[in-house]
Amino acid sequence: MMQTEPEDLAALPLTQLRACPHCDALYRLPTVRPRERAVCQRCGLVLMAPRARAFTRIVALSACALILLAVALFTPFLDLSAAGLHSDASIWDAAMAFSDGIMVPLSIAVAAFIIVIPALRLALIVYTVFPLIGGGAPAPHAARAFRIADDLRPWSMAEIFVIGVAVALVKIAGMASVTPGIAFWTFGVLVIVLIWQESFVDREQIWSALDAARPDRGQAPA
Amino acid sequence: MTVRIPTARGAGLVACTRCGRVHEPQTPRCTRCGSALQSRDTRSLQRVWAWWAAGLIAYIPANIYPMLLTSALGSSTQSTILGGVVELWAHGDLPIAIIVFVASVVIPVGKFLAIAFLALKLRGPHKPDRHGRHRLYEVVEFIGRWSMIDVFVVAILASLVQFSLVATVNPGLAAICFALSVAFTMQAALSFDPRIIWDD
Ligand SMILES: [Zn+2]
Ligand SMILES: [Zn+2]
Repeated sequence: MMQTEPEDLAALPLTQLRACPHCDALYRLPTVRPRERAVCQRCGLVLMAPRARAFTRIVALSACALILLAVALFTPFLDLSAAGLHSDASIWDAAMAFSDGIMVPLSIAVAAFIIVIPALRLALIVYTVFPLIGGGAPAPHAARAFRIADDLRPWSMAEIFVIGVAVALVKIAGMASVTPGIAFWTFGVLVIVLIWQESFVDREQIWSALDAARPDRGQAPA
Repeated sequence: MTVRIPTARGAGLVACTRCGRVHEPQTPRCTRCGSALQSRDTRSLQRVWAWWAAGLIAYIPANIYPMLLTSALGSSTQSTILGGVVELWAHGDLPIAIIVFVASVVIPVGKFLAIAFLALKLRGPHKPDRHGRHRLYEVVEFIGRWSMIDVFVVAILASLVQFSLVATVNPGLAAICFALSVAFTMQAALSFDPRIIWDD
């Protein structure tokens, strides 16, 4: 980002200023074109990285991810056979593995990390971003929806689950033979789509679109 | 030569840590995203230490109790986090043993040390190497969630190996303690206000 003299910054209206969330460095809001990035001079945090037609792509990829998640949920994930016996588990079964006794909270947490939170985040992002395509007015409580999606980000753990699957496959290899099912591949694709979708999410771009299109400008959003 | 970079606080303003919009001081909520505004989160450190301690307390039983209870053909075995790593190692699955060791031991222990270091360093009079400490904060914030791997492994094994005649795999008490420990330390890292690292 361009270095601006403090005196110049003081003369600017507040809407023209931005501060780095990590180090509080104050900047004049720069013009950043798609595929360019604005990086904090002080701490190196990426402040803006807008993408062309980002909103359309975010909605398309989120919808795609939601469909993949639904498919992955109820189709066989891993298929296991040993000593003539046969068993298969869906992702739902994996989440419900702890569903008796004191392990219930853990079951709920696993279901939340790999299914509920990823799905909820995707739905909230679609809810926020879809009305903004073409500069429309945001949906009611869109700011709150996007805040929740933002807060839930660290707790969405689909990609970590995939590594867990790899480890589990190795652990089980000695006991039985394991064949990956449809959901295994679906879930792998889901993780790639999620990472791809994330690459189009520029928070400054979304917050400023929400702000510009809001009918009640000037008041704190709900 | 160091260039003095202007800050929102230096300019008498308060910045939103979620969306970056700046406001007049005393503004309670961001007019753009609705987040609560604070020039510096003064209670940040208290919350960091509270979550840190909770995470450490949960990490102890996570290492003592078994993570996995396996019974196959009449014999049953229990394995702790470290026991599981040793088993993988003995089987010759080195890369996987290393992944589990890093996720379940190196990252959690490293995180306890790193968060304590960051929080303690803020009190001292000398605050050298801000870039290094900020980098450490970013690494801790990014990497903490990856410790959840072993919890997922236990979940997958327990759900998959359900053929009651040959073998059963059940999660042990350590699984719940470990999951809590990871969640608590994630909260500790999320409670940290990195802007204090940069204050003069
Ligand atoms: Zn910065
Ligand atoms: Zn804001």
